[in-house]
Amino acid sequence: MVYRGINDNYVCFNDEQVGYDMNIMLLLHLLIGFMIVGAIVTVEIKNMLSAVISVGAVGFILSMTFLFLGAPDIAITQVIVEVLSLILLIRATINVDNVAIEEKGESIFSNRTTLIFVGIILVFAWIAFQSLPIFGEPSMRVSRYYLLNAYGKVGASNIVASIILDFRAYDTFGELLVLFTSISGAFAILRRGKVDKHKDHLRIDLER
Amino acid sequence: MTLYFLDFLLFMIGLYALVTKRHIVKKILGVAIMEYSVNLFLILIGFKMSGASPILMKDMDFVTFVHTAVDPLPQALVLTSIVIGLGTLALMVAIAIRLYERYGTFDMHEINRLRG
Amino acid sequence: MKKKNGSGMSSIVKVIARVMVGFMMLFAGYFILLGDEVPGGGFPAGVMLALAYILITLAYGREFVEKKLPGVTASKLTDVGVLIFLFMGILGLYFSGTFLDNFLKNKDWWFFSSGTIIINDVAVALTVGMSLYLIFLALAIFGRVVCEGTLCRDLGREPGEEK
Repeated sequence: MVYRGINDNYVCFNDEQVGYDMNIMLLLHLLIGFMIVGAIVTVEIKNMLSAVISVGAVGFILSMTFLFLGAPDIAITQVIVEVLSLILLIRATINVDNVAIEEKGESIFSNRTTLIFVGIILVFAWIAFQSLPIFGEPSMRVSRYYLLNAYGKVGASNIVASIILDFRAYDTFGELLVLFTSISGAFAILRRGKVDKHKDHLRIDLER
Repeated sequence: MTLYFLDFLLFMIGLYALVTKRHIVKKILGVAIMEYSVNLFLILIGFKMSGASPILMKDMDFVTFVHTAVDPLPQALVLTSIVIGLGTLALMVAIAIRLYERYGTFDMHEINRLRG
Repeated sequence: MKKKNGSGMSSIVKVIARVMVGFMMLFAGYFILLGDEVPGGGFPAGVMLALAYILITLAYGREFVEKKLPGVTASKLTDVGVLIFLFMGILGLYFSGTFLDNFLKNKDWWFFSSGTIIINDVAVALTVGMSLYLIFLALAIFGRVVCEGTLCRDLGREPGEEK
């Protein structure tokens, strides 16, 4: 049985092999290559503001990659979350006495040792990734049930939304609690003991 | 398979930044890069070569849809993970700002020396 | 010619912020109401809600936003979001014997074609949006920035003043 897929390539189901589409593979390699270049720029650059902007660029390329991998929900969420995290990070780096704090000197021995260990881990990872399923052919044992029954049982066209809010709504409930807890924790850290009333006439008083 | 390896290389770059750098915000940027790479890995695992997104349009044949849609379960996990990553990033930035106010510097070695 | 009211940014920024906030709230409502047919869902809706309020805070100043959405109200709305989700779960337990069951499914009302997904979307958007707005407000108010020079003129404060 041969079906024509959305990307205009032929995919066989009853046999074992999967036809690789060269356009998509080249595009994905290029995008992840750009992300690696952006990440190296983030890590090694000395000016802090440029590092934060570079991490924002990595996030936007990631959102494009999600779009090409068939996940539009995730692409929308990644773009919006990226903008908000850029706002938070710039708030952390900007100080008025020096706009971008520079990095001081580093110790050479620990850097070289870490690089050697990272290289050893990458060699072992190359061996370990041989046993993952072939790229482009997921096993989909659990998702087959979701794909077949989402429209009939729930009535929603967006399968991902029906998974997170109907089939697995308990996980979404836990996620709301985790978000709530981390924001309360951030509040508890940022609050100070006594606040000068005459200087700061506008303060958030959450115990009211 | 090289895509998985490139993704893991991105993870290792983030880990290197977290371990080696002295500036606190560089460490936070390393954690952010690690989160990006883990989310990308989850979506890469569930990718089907005829990449149709798992949204049922009105004019689509149902049998074709079931056979050509990508795996929707990792996408549900990643959606939650992205928003929680934002929450933990906010917490880390709050800790970094408090450390700066307390010690006057962002340098971890100085803070270790000045503790108290 | 430009009149500064002492807080917030210049009038060009204020006019553009007024227009953009309407579109952002429209997007948030679009993701919530059509979240079961269109890619999106509750999470981008919540973050867009937070971003709309952050834009107003940056353009108009803290005192203006404090009248529209006080910090206390935002903190209470976060709790209300979690409680709505829990309440829908208990209603599911009451009607069908399963916690968080979709007890409104396949009923062709108004726009409730997919059951309790829309109400859960509203709860998620409220919680996520209001808590992210609160963390931005906390970083803007509780952090101390001593201002000098041109940054002071932009923020509308006297030189040397701490927040």
